[in-house]
Formats: sequence, C-alpha cells, structure tokens
Amino acid sequence: MTADSSFSIQAEKLTKKFGDFTAVNEITMNVKRGEIFGFLGANGAGKTTAMRMLCGLSTPTAGEAVIAGCNVYKEVEQIKKRIGYMSQKFSLYEDLTIVENVEFFGGIYGMSRSDLKNKSEALITKLGLQNEVKKLVGSLPLGWKQKLSFSVAILHQPEIVFLDEPTGGVDPITRRQFWDLIYDAADAGITVFVTTHYLDEAEYCNRISIMVDGSIAALDTPTNLKKKFNTESMDDVFYELARGAKRGDN
Amino acid sequence: MQTSFSSLKNQLFSFVRKEFYHVLRDKKVLLILFGLPVVQVLLFGFVLSNEVKDSRLVIVDMAKDEASRQLTNKFEASRYFETDLISANEADIEVAFRRGKIKAAIVFPSNFQYDLQHGNKTQLQIITDGTDVNQANTINGYISSIVYNFVSESNQQTVPYRVVPEIRMLYNPQLQGAPNFVPGVMAMVLMLVCVLMTSVSIVREKELGTMEVLLVSPMQPALAIISKALPYLLLSFLNLLIIIALSVYVLDVPVKGNIFLLISVSTLFIVTCLSLGILISTNTNTQQEAMFVSLIGMLMPTMLLSGFMFPIENMPLALQIISNIVPSRWYYIIVKDVMIKGAGFESIWMETLILGGMGLFFFVVSMKKFKIRLA
Amino acid sequence: MMSTLKVLLRKEFRQIFRNKAILAISFIIPIIQFLILPLAANYETKNINLAIVDHDRSSLSQKLLTQITGSGYFRLVDYSSSYQQAYHLIETDKSDLILEIPQGFERNLVRENIGKVFIAVNAINGTKAMVGGNYLNGIISETNKNILTEFMPGTNLNQGIELTTSYWFNPKLNYKIALIPGILAVLVTMVGGFLSALNIVKEKESGTIEQINVTPILKRDFILGKLIPFWILAMIVFTIGLALAYFVYDIVPQGNLLVLYSFIAVYLLAVLGFGLLISTFCNTQQEAMFLQFFFIMIFILMGGLFTSIDSMPEWAKVLAQFNPVNYMINVMRLVLLKGSGFRDILPDFAVVIIMAIVLNGWAVFNYKKTS
Repeated sequence: MTADSSFSIQAEKLTKKFGDFTAVNEITMNVKRGEIFGFLGANGAGKTTAMRMLCGLSTPTAGEAVIAGCNVYKEVEQIKKRIGYMSQKFSLYEDLTIVENVEFFGGIYGMSRSDLKNKSEALITKLGLQNEVKKLVGSLPLGWKQKLSFSVAILHQPEIVFLDEPTGGVDPITRRQFWDLIYDAADAGITVFVTTHYLDEAEYCNRISIMVDGSIAALDTPTNLKKKFNTESMDDVFYELARGAKRGDN
Repeated sequence: MQTSFSSLKNQLFSFVRKEFYHVLRDKKVLLILFGLPVVQVLLFGFVLSNEVKDSRLVIVDMAKDEASRQLTNKFEASRYFETDLISANEADIEVAFRRGKIKAAIVFPSNFQYDLQHGNKTQLQIITDGTDVNQANTINGYISSIVYNFVSESNQQTVPYRVVPEIRMLYNPQLQGAPNFVPGVMAMVLMLVCVLMTSVSIVREKELGTMEVLLVSPMQPALAIISKALPYLLLSFLNLLIIIALSVYVLDVPVKGNIFLLISVSTLFIVTCLSLGILISTNTNTQQEAMFVSLIGMLMPTMLLSGFMFPIENMPLALQIISNIVPSRWYYIIVKDVMIKGAGFESIWMETLILGGMGLFFFVVSMKKFKIRLA
Repeated sequence: MMSTLKVLLRKEFRQIFRNKAILAISFIIPIIQFLILPLAANYETKNINLAIVDHDRSSLSQKLLTQITGSGYFRLVDYSSSYQQAYHLIETDKSDLILEIPQGFERNLVRENIGKVFIAVNAINGTKAMVGGNYLNGIISETNKNILTEFMPGTNLNQGIELTTSYWFNPKLNYKIALIPGILAVLVTMVGGFLSALNIVKEKESGTIEQINVTPILKRDFILGKLIPFWILAMIVFTIGLALAYFVYDIVPQGNLLVLYSFIAVYLLAVLGFGLLISTFCNTQQEAMFLQFFFIMIFILMGGLFTSIDSMPEWAKVLAQFNPVNYMINVMRLVLLKGSGFRDILPDFAVVIIMAIVLNGWAVFNYKKTS
C-alpha cells in the first residue's frame, strides 16, 4: 500500500479476529486530511476494535493500513507520535490538576516547557476554566472533563485525533460546545476521527461510515446517505442499515 | 408481615447472589484464598522447624591425637552437624563466620589427649554464632551432649550416685512441631483472609461508585453490607474445613476435642474478623488504603501478639495489654484447648464470650459510622 | 528520552505526595511495627511455671528442690503430693512442667545408686516448656555433682572436659539483636513490594493506562518511571529503620554502611521488579494485592528469619535459593552484626543482581503497549 499524503488514514481489508470470532471484517476506507470523519455503528458492531487498530493499540490480524503516513505493523511507535486520543473511559489523571495533566501529557510528546506554558494558558482561557486551575481534575463536572480531555489530546498538534464516544452523558448544550472545539481543530488542519452513538452528531461530520456486524455497511456524506436511503434523518438511515444486524442491541 | 419478610429475603438473596458472582469470577483471587492456607500449613508442617540439622560446624584440631580424632568422628557422625576440618587458626574461623559459612566452631587444645588421660582438666573451646539466638542455644546443647557422651563412654568411672530424670511429653509425645502451629496458622490465616477480603471488597464498591447504587436501593444498608460479607463467610468456612482436614490427614494432628464445638467457635471467629473488615472499610477510602491497613496493619500484630509465635507472658506489660484486643489471641487459645488438649466448652467459655463481644462491638461501631455517612 | 522520564517522574511524585493516606501507611505502620516487634519477639524463658509433686519428702528431695527453686528459672506454682492436682494445673495452663519425686527416692539413691524422678512437660507450648525441661535436666546434673561431694568427699570433680562457650557477634544472646536486621529487611520488602505491585494495576483499573499506551512513551521509560519513585521511598524507609535500630536498640553497624546500601539498592530493584511483574499479570488491584501477598508471605516464612534454612528438607533448601528475602536477611545479619565486607557478601550480591535484571526485564517484556 502506498502512502498518499492527502489521506490521514488509509485502510484496506483491515481485519481483527479473536480466536474464531471476527470482530472487524475486512474494512476498507480512506479518511482525508482535515476531514471530520464519523464512525458509527451499534454496540458490538466493531467500532472500538477498529479504532484501536488505527491507534496502534491493537495489532490487526490481516489487511493493511497507513496512519499519518506510517505503516500500522512496522511503524506503530511512529504513529503514536502523530496522533492524539481520547478514550471512552476518560483518561486524565483525576488526582492531578489541569496544569499538571497538561504538563505531563505535553511533556511526553516532547513539547518544551515554554511551549507547554503558553499552550496550557491558552487552553484554560479558551475553556473558561481560570477559576478551576488549582483544583484536581477529579472534582470537575463531566462536561468540563470531556472538553479538557479533548484539548489535552490535541495539545501536541497531532495530524489525527481519535475520539471514542467523547460526548457520553452530558447535556445537549455541552455537546454543542464540544463540537465547536472539534470544528476549531479541523479548521486548524487536524483530522478528526470520532465514534459516536448520537446520530445528530453524524450530521456534523464531513463523511461518516456505519459499521454493522464487523463490516462497513455504508460510507459517504450524510446528505448522500440520506438521498440514497430516501430518508429525512440519519436516524432512519441507521435504522435501515442496522436493523438486520446480528450483533447489536436489537 | 408475610410479604415484607419474603421480599426482604428476596432482596437479600439477590444481593448475596451478586456478591457470589463477583467473588467466584475472580479466579486468581479464589486460587489464593484457598491456596494460601494450604501452602502455609504445608510450609509449617514440612519445611519450617526449629530443629537443628546440618548446621555447619568447623573443627580446629590443634591436638591431632587419637582422642581428638575420636571426638571429631562423633561430630561428623551426628546428623545435627555438617562438619568441616580446618587445621588453621582463629583468624580463619572469623572469616568463615563473616562469610556466613558456619554456625559454630570447636577448638581442641594441643594437649587434649594427654590431659584427658592424666585426669587433668582440659578446655574445649566452643564458639557459636550468636546472631541466631534460638539456634545458638540448641547448637550449644547438642555439642555439650555429644561431648559428655564421649566422656562417659571413654571414662570407665561412672558417677556413683545419680539422679536420673525420665521425661514425658504431654499432649505431643513425639514432639512434633505441628500441634504447636496448626492452631496458630488457623488463627492467622482465617483472620487475615477475612479482614482483608471484606474490607477491600466493600471499599472497591465505594471507589467504583457502585456503592451508591446499593444505598439507593430499598435494601437496608446493614443488610447490604452483610450480604457483601456473606460469600466470604462461606469461603472461609470452607477454608476452615480444608485446614482441619489437612491437619488430620496430612499432618497427623487429630482433633482431640469435639469437632462441632471447634467448628462453631471458629465460625464465630470468622464472623468477628469479617466485622473487623467491615469496620476497616468504613474508615478507608481507597482499595490501596484498605489493603495496606488490613495487611500490613493487621499482619504483624496478629503474628506477634496472638501468642502463637512468642509467649505473651514474656512481653512488656504494654504489649500484653494490647494483645488483649487482638481477636486471634483468644481464638488461638480456644483452638489449642479444643483441638489439641481435647477440652470442652467449660474451659473456653470465657474466650468465646470475649470473641463474640469483640465481633458485636466491631459490627455496631461500623453500622453507626455507616449511618453517619448516609445522614 | 531523558525528558520523557523526567515528565513521568514528576507525575508519579505528585501523585504519591498527594496520596497522604498511603504515605502515612507506608511510613507509619512499618515504623510502629519495627518498634513493637522486637519487644514482642522474645523467646527468652524465665518464670517457667513448675508444679512439684513430692511423694518422698526426704532431706535429699528437699536438697534437690532447693537447688531447683534456687536457680531462678522457675516459678513454683504448687507443691503437693497429688499428681492429679499438678496435672490439673497443666490442663488449665497454669503450669508448664511437673516434677514428680517418687516415694523412696532417697532410699533408692543410697542403696542402689540411682534415684529416678519424673518430669512431665506441657509439650504444646513448645519452646517454653521444652526449654524448661532442658533447664531442669541441667540442674539435676549439677545436683549430681553436689551429691557426690556430699556422699563421697574427696572425689576429683575436675576430671573430664570443661567446655568454654563464647557467643560471637552477640555475646549476651540478645534476641533483639538477632531479630532486628531481619525484621527491617522484611518490612522494607513489604513496603516496596506492595507499593509497586498496586501502582500499575491502579492505572489499568482507572483507564489512564490506555492513554499512556497511545503515546510515544517507551516501555522502558514507563517502567523506570514506576520503579524509581518507589525505590526512593523504600530507601527512605530503610534509612529510618536503620536509624531507629541505632537510637532505640543500640545496634551499631559493625560493617561498612556503603556495602550495605549498595546491596539494598540492588535488592530493592529486585523486589520492586517483582511487584511490577505481578502487576503486569493482574487487571484489578484486588488480584495484584493477593498475588503479591501470597508470594511475599512465602518468601518471608522461608527467608530464614524465624526458622533456620539449614533445618529445611533438601528440596526446600533448593527453593530457598530463589527467595530474594533470604539473601537480604543474610546480608543484613552479615554486614550489620558481623562486620562482613564486600568480598564476604559477593555471592549474595551476584544473585541479587541477576534477580533484579531478570525480574525487571520480564516485567518490561510483559508490558505490552499494543496487544
């Protein structure tokens, strides 16, 4: 597979098997640079597994992929230098302050002290967290933690940022604010790869793909998908595709 | 009345069942829960002992005569020692000690045989490593007895008038180590496992946040806590049976007294320890803390102050007083009396009462603390 | 690379200092135990309870008894003519030994040269009673000498061998001196082992470890970042222990402290490595704690502190070679009490270095950023 620099993610027949169980079955997709790419699917469809392969957290069983110009088998550690990640489980250190978390994660990516200082000040101002600076992250409300987590994930200006169900559990206003942050990142050139359950968020993406039973059942812009399935909303598109699924909540 | 009781039963049942799932699914923990006491009993039964055997002994023979050789042979033949001869000097002995290679050294003076034969007093120098006090005493004792045997054999003159003691060992005629430690191991292992498991499991729910779910349920908090402890009660009970079985069939230490008495009092002990675990959980906030307090905080006092390893009467008064609040101290006495001496309830009623009182106390205090948190 | 490590260390230290509870527990509990343990650990036997049953009541039996009670080892709890009575005292743990002098004791001694007495020992209470039995035995042999003098004046008592005993390194056979180095070794091992075992697992449980796995952090740096802070903590605990040993128990290190510290430095690496290794196998703190406890308990029991390794069966002796605590207790005794030097402990040093390398290497190998 040749790396094409206009794409951030190139995957061809990427597969992950656990014993006899095929979690991800030969998915093929290309994500353009600077795109906001939504990765949808029911629970158990294989979204998280697929994403973990793209982040270098899990080795594929078969297939090929090039992430940020690096081969997913041979250059895993290089991939990690060029990506950011925000996990579902919410992974800042709860017993450290905002600044301390920033210093830590920034430092790991090799950012200099002065750079970090500037960036963390900018981050705090942007999120309006000036009054919470001394507090431990664990004491902040969920919505702020999520926005923080995202900001920390893109601190080192990665080429791609992977977000695994980032907006779970917060009110619609906070979700909107979160997506504003995502737009800002995309405007700055960062490719955003986001998995989500919320179908209205699908509308915010440039293109989306829908996974069903381990394979990609559809991949296109929201508008095109709605036309194709002749429906008004993404909800209905999803319903059409996912209702025959064997794996999921049905 | 009927309905509320049966719904209570159902509640309790579903909680307890959930707890069992938690516990039984964690294979590693189960392994250790049962493996630990088994390993300990085996260790104490077959590996650890205060016996002196194969202790390295060095002989410096400055006489090199018939008598010295004969006596040296006696040491070489003894199974207590592994003997080495150095014909050198004191400096070498010191190096050997400093390398940790020997436990004792014997020095024969140059006129050994001559003095013996002429009825003169002759001095044999014994140097023992004092850093292991127990061993030092015993080693000395063995060396002395080997020497005295030698003397009485070679000396045809026997002491004309002698008082001869005949020694009988009560309760443990073959002088096995086992009767000594099986009660101790029971006390120690049961206490540790119960206190540890309960405290950590409760705190875990606190940490993960699932405790709130329990509290919000219509179940009484006291019952929620009890249902957490219940699986451990059953597991510890099983453990108890395993230890007794091992003791009887593998170590040949039978239960002289009433086995039902033993089991019922042991169950009381288990409950007391579980209550202590609950108490600890109300005072700690993370699993790490609970673990540290249960393990490092309880381990040493239990081992030291329960009377199992070191006699309580020898300890300074302050420690003796503290040992009174260590539950395993009382349990140890009960097990010794019932299992080894074959005593009945009359002998242990006081200890049993104390144990029960402690359990009640721990439980009441933890319930109070718990309610305060809720209010 | 170096700066990544620095960043890691800064985070670890911040977390540690913020965790006041663990800090307190890691320091306070060991220190308290260090102070209490030696006080408790006392095998010395004094005040051995003795019940005497004298059926003879002759002048000879009186003489024997005076000798015995005069020795100072025993506390006479009963003097009667009833064995039942004495036995009841043993049953209720009020007496450790019974000495029974049969009727006709004196007469038999004079006429047939031998006077038998019976000693019954409460053998449950292992050490105390048996030592008491030994003492009694010894006193009786002494008495034999005195009887000789009385009945046969002029006998040359100076025949035979006289044994002069000296106890090196601990002349007064002070239990504390014997136990303290070993206890310190055990405490430091426990603190280091538990702290390191729980730490990585905590990150696994909270999910922060995924965040770490996604970054370019090198495995090696991550593990080092976990090792170093706890190594420092354990060294501090050790130093406090040494200081306490000096100020409270008057244990003056006989050997070179530099030698001791260099050994401890490597030993701690091995212990921490072991903890880290355990944590790579576990997913919850509960598991890690149990597994760690299981091994540490075995290590401590087989470490040669409470019982000697020589007395173990052959197969157990082989296993003991793999026990790091064994070497630590050994070196502590050698250097602190006997003044051993570097060359003396070379073999122990070599083994511990190998252990540190193997354990840590295995932990690094096991820890996979990508699964």
